[in-house]
Amino acid sequence: MPARRPRMGAGADGRQRERGRGERTDMPVITYREAVTQALTEALDSDERVFIMGEDVGGYGGSYAVTKGMLAKYGPKRIRETPIAESVFVGAGAGAAMAGLKPVVEIMTINFSILAMDQIVNHAAKVRYMSGGQLSSGVIMRTVTGGGAGLAATHSQSLEPWYAHVPGIWVVTPATPYDALGLLREAFTKDDPVLFSEHALIYRLRGEVPEEHYTVPFGQAAISRRGSDVTLVAYSRMVHVALDAAQMLANQGVEAEVIDLRTLRPLDMETVFQSVRKTNRVAVVEEAWRTGGFAAEIASQIQEACFDYLDGPVARIGGEDVPQPYAINLERATIPDAKKVVNELAKVIGLKVTA
Amino acid sequence: MANGKKAGSQKTAARVTKAEGLELYRIMKQIRVFEEASASQYMRGRIRGFLHLYIGEEAIAAGAIPLLAKQDYITTHYRDHGHALARGMSPNAAMAELFGRATGSSKGKGGSMHLIDANIGMMGGYAIVGGQLPLGVGLALANNYKGNDSIVLTFLGDGALSEGEFHEAMNLAAIWKLPIIFFCENNLYGMGAPVSEVFAVKDIYKIAEPYGIPSLQVDGMDVLAVRDAMRDVVRHVRQGNGPYFVEALAYRFRGHSMADPNEYRNKAEEEFWKQRDPITSFRAYLVNELGVAEADIDALDQEVDAEIEAAVKFAEESPEPDLSELHTDITA
Repeated sequence: MPARRPRMGAGADGRQRERGRGERTDMPVITYREAVTQALTEALDSDERVFIMGEDVGGYGGSYAVTKGMLAKYGPKRIRETPIAESVFVGAGAGAAMAGLKPVVEIMTINFSILAMDQIVNHAAKVRYMSGGQLSSGVIMRTVTGGGAGLAATHSQSLEPWYAHVPGIWVVTPATPYDALGLLREAFTKDDPVLFSEHALIYRLRGEVPEEHYTVPFGQAAISRRGSDVTLVAYSRMVHVALDAAQMLANQGVEAEVIDLRTLRPLDMETVFQSVRKTNRVAVVEEAWRTGGFAAEIASQIQEACFDYLDGPVARIGGEDVPQPYAINLERATIPDAKKVVNELAKVIGLKVTA
Repeated sequence: MANGKKAGSQKTAARVTKAEGLELYRIMKQIRVFEEASASQYMRGRIRGFLHLYIGEEAIAAGAIPLLAKQDYITTHYRDHGHALARGMSPNAAMAELFGRATGSSKGKGGSMHLIDANIGMMGGYAIVGGQLPLGVGLALANNYKGNDSIVLTFLGDGALSEGEFHEAMNLAAIWKLPIIFFCENNLYGMGAPVSEVFAVKDIYKIAEPYGIPSLQVDGMDVLAVRDAMRDVVRHVRQGNGPYFVEALAYRFRGHSMADPNEYRNKAEEEFWKQRDPITSFRAYLVNELGVAEADIDALDQEVDAEIEAAVKFAEESPEPDLSELHTDITA
């Protein structure tokens, strides 16, 4: 499980940042959950315009414990318990942001964001453009994504690609504590809506973060592991699956480069292209359904820009095209894992590797 | 104010001065002439898409909106021209927006259903039924959070009553006591569907009662009745007493939009309401009750005609947006 993964080095920030695994440094180590909490706390402390609202963010402390203790510390004006009414509390966040405030709405899981889709897609994402730039809605929509927790079909979806399809929304998909903190800090500087998607299964993932203040810019992918034989592109928890696959490949003498997109909109394809021009082979790994998934977008852009560099088709490894089942063996079969990644590399690209 | 009160009429309303009366008349007339000009330009193919006319409902915008303070906000639906004009959007900017010109209120990017002027708190027509309600609640939340006494006037049609967003918005506004007026313009039809057939609550203003939100019903064809009722409502909400729900009974004299052949309403019903034309009746009131000279009203009519004629000319002569505008006003 990702929570037992070795500490991840933060490395130097920047486009070509390489993140080693198992490094030991003097940097503080925090969990992914603590990283999100820290970014929120900093914002609440430094900016009166910031407040948090959502279901169970108050006394309960957030259904994933991100806002634990905040109600006592900041009071009910800034930590606002809402009814189970996604459309109005997300829309109210969008409206309050239009009036110059900096609301953070917590949508308990991305599955429930569907109930607020009118506000997110039809209004928050559109208002800057359709007002000719007069208004903007910099609401931060934190939500929890992904499957694998035994919650079955309605609670296990990875819907980030839906939102990344829509112009006007930033879509942020951190895979590490370093990025969760840096990207959420960055989100507070944006005047347009941000869908900040936290993966449920990596809240306990530990990683190093520098003590000095840093942010992670939107639209800069990270190189999570360097390699020269094949490129694995991933985001959110699938970055760790790709890293596991890279380890399996390394054991067979194949060096994989793992690229963490970090944000889907804006999308940094240049880092991907540079890697593909070097490795000539590429697979995209995501948890979202394969059909119409975001990997299709990545694959398409790769073939447009790197056609002559490719030694084989661009492989797409995504979630099985089924509603996620409950039974654990079936559930596991729907979500890509390292074995599946390696098998697909053999099958689609013809790498001589076995899982 | 008592819950579920029915408001008075032109006959019982507080009198207005001649100057106030003429201003209310001017607003209604400006909207009427603007809408007639829009229809005519639409028929000539100069206005695209959907065009939802406010003709027949002018007394609501004129009666309610001038009572707002400068810093108050409006959110509304797609039948938004009347609201924008009553709030003070220039007819030039509004008409140019309908024409899709660079000089329009949103530089031609929003169109008829999305009239926005942030400088006057006209925060937008939102064209998905019910969508403006959570946004209005959010603006009211912002006022409340900032501790100012600004309020939000959010319009909805009877069609939006059935939307979940309406009930979610009423609930949140009620539990947080937010400074918002939910103003339902009940023109009896949600597009072609009679509200009586598609909404279970028969006395619509009573929908507010279970939420603990005070409400009233007012004659939306009577500008003084609307103004009278809204004066109290605005004061109530501005004083921090929480939301209010207002139902105005009204009728649109044209179809749902220019694309509507208007075959679902019978002629007798249309005639009944047209007899109650808010502009004609208020003109008579100005002359008979306030002693305004016919000539003064005629002069005002001519002023408005000239203003709207100029707006059409302005829109016609304005350039289309430069193609470079395609990728501006978008960052994410």
